[in-house]
Amino acid sequence: MQQQPQLDWKRYLIVFFITLGLFLTAVYVSNYFSDKKLSQLKNIQDTISIDVLSSETQYALLSELSCKNVSDSVLSSELNDLGNKLEWSLQNLGATDEVNYLKKYYSLLEIKDYLLAKKISSTCGVKSAFILYFYTTAQNCSECEKQGLVLSSLREKYPELKVYSFDFSTDLSAVKAMLDIYKIQDTKLPAVVINDELLTSFQSVDALELRIKDSFKLQEPKTIKNTKASK
Amino acid sequence: MSIFSGIIYIFTFLSLYVQVFFLVTFLEKRKNILVRTDPIELDEYPGVTIIVPCYNESKTITATIDSLLNLDYPKDKLQLFIIDDGSKDNTWQLIQEFTNYENIKVFHKENGGKYTALNFGLTKVETPFIGCLDADSFVDSEALKRIMTYFGDKNTMAVAPSIIVDNPKNILQGAQKAEYDMGVYNKKMLAFLGGIHVTPGPFSIFRKKVFDDLGPYRHAHNTEDQEIALRMQEHHYKIEHCPDAYVYTVAPNTVKKLYRQRLRWIYGFIRNAIDYRRLIFKKEFGTLAFFTLPSGLISVFSAVFLFMMISYNLINFILHKIIQISAVGFSNTFSSSGFSFDFFFFDTKTIVFISIILYTSIIISLLIGRTMLEGKPRISFDLFYFIIIYSVIAPFWIIKALINAIRSKETSWTLEREAKVAK
Repeated sequence: MQQQPQLDWKRYLIVFFITLGLFLTAVYVSNYFSDKKLSQLKNIQDTISIDVLSSETQYALLSELSCKNVSDSVLSSELNDLGNKLEWSLQNLGATDEVNYLKKYYSLLEIKDYLLAKKISSTCGVKSAFILYFYTTAQNCSECEKQGLVLSSLREKYPELKVYSFDFSTDLSAVKAMLDIYKIQDTKLPAVVINDELLTSFQSVDALELRIKDSFKLQEPKTIKNTKASK
Repeated sequence: MSIFSGIIYIFTFLSLYVQVFFLVTFLEKRKNILVRTDPIELDEYPGVTIIVPCYNESKTITATIDSLLNLDYPKDKLQLFIIDDGSKDNTWQLIQEFTNYENIKVFHKENGGKYTALNFGLTKVETPFIGCLDADSFVDSEALKRIMTYFGDKNTMAVAPSIIVDNPKNILQGAQKAEYDMGVYNKKMLAFLGGIHVTPGPFSIFRKKVFDDLGPYRHAHNTEDQEIALRMQEHHYKIEHCPDAYVYTVAPNTVKKLYRQRLRWIYGFIRNAIDYRRLIFKKEFGTLAFFTLPSGLISVFSAVFLFMMISYNLINFILHKIIQISAVGFSNTFSSSGFSFDFFFFDTKTIVFISIILYTSIIISLLIGRTMLEGKPRISFDLFYFIIIYSVIAPFWIIKALINAIRSKETSWTLEREAKVAK
């Protein structure tokens, strides 16, 4: 009547391998999508890179004569979208070599876009304001998180505002040159440069809004001059 | 990868292992699942005594006894013992009405807890089979005959029925219905492998020999139905499950009642698992030792861990929102008009796909359970209520049960000492 159950090792092993198989499938599918996302990022960057280069060339070719053609091709909105996706990838896919490489590439595109947009703005009198924003991911910077949110909200409010963000720890000579020019120190982050003026520590929405409006005003006389000149 | 996510992967792996284990067993044994829909006749009808312990059961006791009287089983072979365990309501008056029935005996005793009422009944049993029925449950008229067919195997010492939630009226009871339906499938699979760890209070039937050999019920941390099953397993007494013997039970209809019930179950499970820890991972105790007890304990710990993880994420999210409000003000935080749908931002971490596989396996469990009970797979909102409600509230009773189990180990020890000193 009393019976000892036999332990069925085979069952435990089979179940183990099936579970492992399911697990590895999940890992594989996840990697597949991560790769897809990274290649999507790369595609966006290549497109932007071509667009920036094309704008630069177009600008050089036509010089100041044809402002209206050039001013349409400012790419910042695409650049913002790319920035969001990169940031998401950093958080969710991890700071792999590939993501870091894309981030460097992104910083470079930002600088190029900034230089081009600034040139177009000053010569063609396009209403715009530029903010260079420096933050850090190397250390825990809660102020940086707040500053980022403030800038995103301002960007939504003022479509003419262009925000370029740079990670202090980006290992790229062009970014280092920017840090040198504006004398950014890693102890004083977040830092914001607006109208060539350096503001360190957290800046509230109101404080920045005033300066953005100033920036728009600065361009007004030029616009009048240009209009007169074209007449 | 952090230790944190390492632990998550271990727990999800083990949870998935449990589901695959059931599924593999199902695919292997599905032809052996016996579900009868037509009434059957037995060659012989052995004597059975059903003990109904009751304490303040005035709402359901009459219906419970009526359902027993409706059992399709020869009346001279079926004895009913209704034992009032010192009820404070009118239970005793209600059961008096059944004294006219020849095969019903009613008893009254001082309140001492359910196991004392059961043991009181055990001393008076003269039939070779004994069953018990909680006074909040009702049996299907075919249930007893179907169960008795399993005793055709001389090795079978006890048979557990399929428990179904009686007439679910709200979302909470609906969620429990889905849970119980899944339980029928899991229980049958464990029965195939000899790994059942509980012979539930509603209508499990035993050979009298079980109690003659192993002794009466014990207090067992208020879960005497788990303890007796573990004791039987320890002595290699076979426990079967009869999936087509239906017992309907009234499920708790409020969160508070459900919380209390589950606190008792989980606490009892942990304490009984500790009491019978000598069985765990011992080859001679088979599936119980290598699967049932370990997977139960794993589910306790993964619930605790999952809860900690979700709380951590929730707190992080709230902190982030607070920072956002302090940075850009309340209206800008919640008026994010720039939200656009982009596949890119879908989370495609490994854990997401494993969760999808896990939830799919839970849905499959329910469908198998339903097929066993109703003859065809049926998906219903109950399942979603189950997943949502249980993920939110189950961790609370599990954590509380774990804390109680850890703490009362000392207190009960102290109490024992005090009792000795008092003598």
